[in-house]
Amino acid sequence: MKLRLMVNGESRETEVREGESLLYVLRERLGLFGSKNACEQGECGSCSVYLDGELVCACLVLAGQAEGSEVVTVEGLSEGERLHPVQEAFLEAGAVQCGFCTPGLIVAAHDLLSRNSEPTEAEVREALAGNLCRCTGYEKILTAVQMAAETTP
Amino acid sequence: MSTTTRTTGGAIGASLDRIDGPRKVTGTAPYAYEHRVDNPLYLFPLRSEIVRGQVTGIDASAAEALPGVVVVVTHENAPQLADTGDRELAILQSGEVAFRNQYVGAVLAETFEAARHAAGLVEVSYAEEPHEAELREDGDLYTPEQLNAGFPTDTEEGDVEEAFSSAAVTLDGRYTTPMEHNNPMEPHTTVAVWKAGDLTLYESTQGAHPVQRTVAKIFGIDRNRARVVAPYVGGGFGSKGLPHANTILAALAAQMVEGRPVKFAVTRQQMFTGVGYRTPTIQKIRLGADSEGRLTAVTHDVIEQTSKIKEFAEQTAAVTRSMYATDNRRTTHRLAALDVPVPSWMRAPGEAPGMFALESAMDEMAEKCGLDPIEFRIRNEPEIDAETGLPYSSRNLVACLREGAERFGWRDRTPAPRSHQEGRWLVGNGVASATYPVFRLPGSRATIRYEGDDKYAVEFGAADVGTGAWTALTQISADAIGVGVDNIELRIGDTAFPFASVAGGSSGITAWGSAIFEAARVFRERHGDNPSEGDEVQARTPNNPETENYAMHAFGAFFVEARVDVDTCEVRVPRMTGVFAAGKIINAKTARSQFMGGMTMGLSMALHEESLVDGRFGHVINQDFAEYHIPTNADIGEMDISWIDEDDPYVNPMGSKGIGEIGIVGSAAAVANAVYNATGIRVRDLPITPDKLIQ
Ligand code: FES
Ligand code: FES
Repeated sequence: MKLRLMVNGESRETEVREGESLLYVLRERLGLFGSKNACEQGECGSCSVYLDGELVCACLVLAGQAEGSEVVTVEGLSEGERLHPVQEAFLEAGAVQCGFCTPGLIVAAHDLLSRNSEPTEAEVREALAGNLCRCTGYEKILTAVQMAAETTP
Repeated sequence: MSTTTRTTGGAIGASLDRIDGPRKVTGTAPYAYEHRVDNPLYLFPLRSEIVRGQVTGIDASAAEALPGVVVVVTHENAPQLADTGDRELAILQSGEVAFRNQYVGAVLAETFEAARHAAGLVEVSYAEEPHEAELREDGDLYTPEQLNAGFPTDTEEGDVEEAFSSAAVTLDGRYTTPMEHNNPMEPHTTVAVWKAGDLTLYESTQGAHPVQRTVAKIFGIDRNRARVVAPYVGGGFGSKGLPHANTILAALAAQMVEGRPVKFAVTRQQMFTGVGYRTPTIQKIRLGADSEGRLTAVTHDVIEQTSKIKEFAEQTAAVTRSMYATDNRRTTHRLAALDVPVPSWMRAPGEAPGMFALESAMDEMAEKCGLDPIEFRIRNEPEIDAETGLPYSSRNLVACLREGAERFGWRDRTPAPRSHQEGRWLVGNGVASATYPVFRLPGSRATIRYEGDDKYAVEFGAADVGTGAWTALTQISADAIGVGVDNIELRIGDTAFPFASVAGGSSGITAWGSAIFEAARVFRERHGDNPSEGDEVQARTPNNPETENYAMHAFGAFFVEARVDVDTCEVRVPRMTGVFAAGKIINAKTARSQFMGGMTMGLSMALHEESLVDGRFGHVINQDFAEYHIPTNADIGEMDISWIDEDDPYVNPMGSKGIGEIGIVGSAAAVANAVYNATGIRVRDLPITPDKLIQ
């Protein structure tokens, strides 16, 4: 069947097969590999994207559910070469290692800061508890979000 | 001609931002699954539903009839492999099943969901044979010829029994560590394509060249006809150190569809079979000491498992051979060969489980000797490395213990167990030592080429699995060549470049960095300070003659505060301190992250990780992130990481010792020791779950 949706401000149309997730469509059909697949069952947050403004695990959304929706992925946060302050902060704080969890964390942190511009440490840790990272030990991720909170307009 | 002014160093040690960072934060760094390939097919594996026996029949008709399905591969139609000596990798060559969930076939289809759907429609019948899939102390055990990394199986010095009988204080402890799975966030992934006899693999690996050599041998092709590409890798922690059956399955299936790329990412559930794991261990430690608290006897006897189809013998007690001073010592390793997947490397194989046991025992023994655990360790500090008889190139364990005690506030600890309560929380502090050897793998070759315009290319196949190699190697190249980091164009992660050894055993920077220094030296010798465009040299990691004269190890110390809920026995760790003596730190920013990540995995080992096997069905039952727990952001408290300046001129030209693994070595024991101090309950079986604390 045909699927139509807006992705990062562009309207896209693609063929999908039943059972395909939004994550699969973004990656394999639209070539947007920023959102990662690390568990495919909603446990790791690596696939976090915005669906009509709401933070979701793209692996848990059936492609058909996204018909006519607006999706924003990590690729949609930077403006050309200019990184978003959250991306900038992850870089500067050293919150990235292998980077596989990073896109999901950046989208989730972006979402947190849009709802709460000055989160406390506990709020950050709780809000990002759905994003697993196997490399960093999380502390610099916390630092990054706090740095981003200061610089995000 | 170059007119660059030569710098005199300064890049090594700088806190440079990660060079690969911008691509990672924007989601544009291509991991294995994400290289743009034309017209791919998707692979979904078929896995055995019995533990041991034979496949007796396969009915793939329903699967083959599904739209989009291209082929169902099984042992009945799979191409023959040229080399079947490695039984872990020799898949689909017969109907034999050696463990549950072993690959017995695969579906290739035009979309992933079609492949997955079809795989569910394939009917496989089996003749089942009896199996044994659980490690038991009283099962059949054998003595392996040697251990992983070439360590001897057993060692004995002095007269252990005599020393125990005359010891003033003795301890006899049994410690166990469970099966654990590496679970890097990026699943093991291969995109394989054959074209006119040439194989290309986009691979999630810690070593592009080691994979190239293995697949060339297995498929019987010349090494130069297999190319492995791995510029970005989403973690490995050892499981991607060697190729596993998933890589061979993708390449084998791709042979049947010549010209079309086959994409295979193992699902998270499938990550619990066949990509390696940490063997479970049963460890017995006996310690004897004189009345002053000096160790007079140490024994460490280990039982662990391996697979019937291939041996992996973890060097669990090797660390005990040199950690502390004693005249009488014995270490042994015995294996149970079971109908299970092959265990393999997981971050600090050997040291991580071994030091949990040893450092727990040291804590118990300190108490028996009436000594502070730090003082007890200092009293047993060796003069030389007992394993080799050589002096240490540098050994700053005592400095780490002292510095850590200061930073952590150890003096405020109440030594008596269960003597400090704050509201609902029983509070305790624990300490443990860390160590990790400096491994130096041979064979890496670095190319340096002057490309004009003040740019030097540095090329070899090294992998960055998240460690920071992209950045650290750029810094090393800058100092080795004598230019700024902006003058370096690093190219890694591809067998199109010269050979590089695996990113394993914390050896990468030592092996690769030494090759870069050597290449830079030869480059200057041949081409001087003003090279012409295209001038190029290649050089190999040289031997280090100092390894004959010195034992080389990194050291560290951990301090942990544990809080245990007095009713629910939930354990929280609000703060951890780690102090390391690991030679020169190449990049403070990426190094801190490595240490912290290691400590977090140690905390995870202490409190969460355990793969539970159902012996009847032979598989891990908690095979996803809902049930196999690793810490989330909300589980971590304050982490205080530091290192002492260590100037070790013997290890390598950088003076660095390797930092990827030491953070997990001993940190689980520090948590267990803190929990003991908090509660008075000694948990000797990891992980420390509430059921083990409820009385
Ligand atoms: S891949 Fe979606 S939550 Fe893990
Ligand atoms: S950086 Fe590797 S999983 Fe987070």
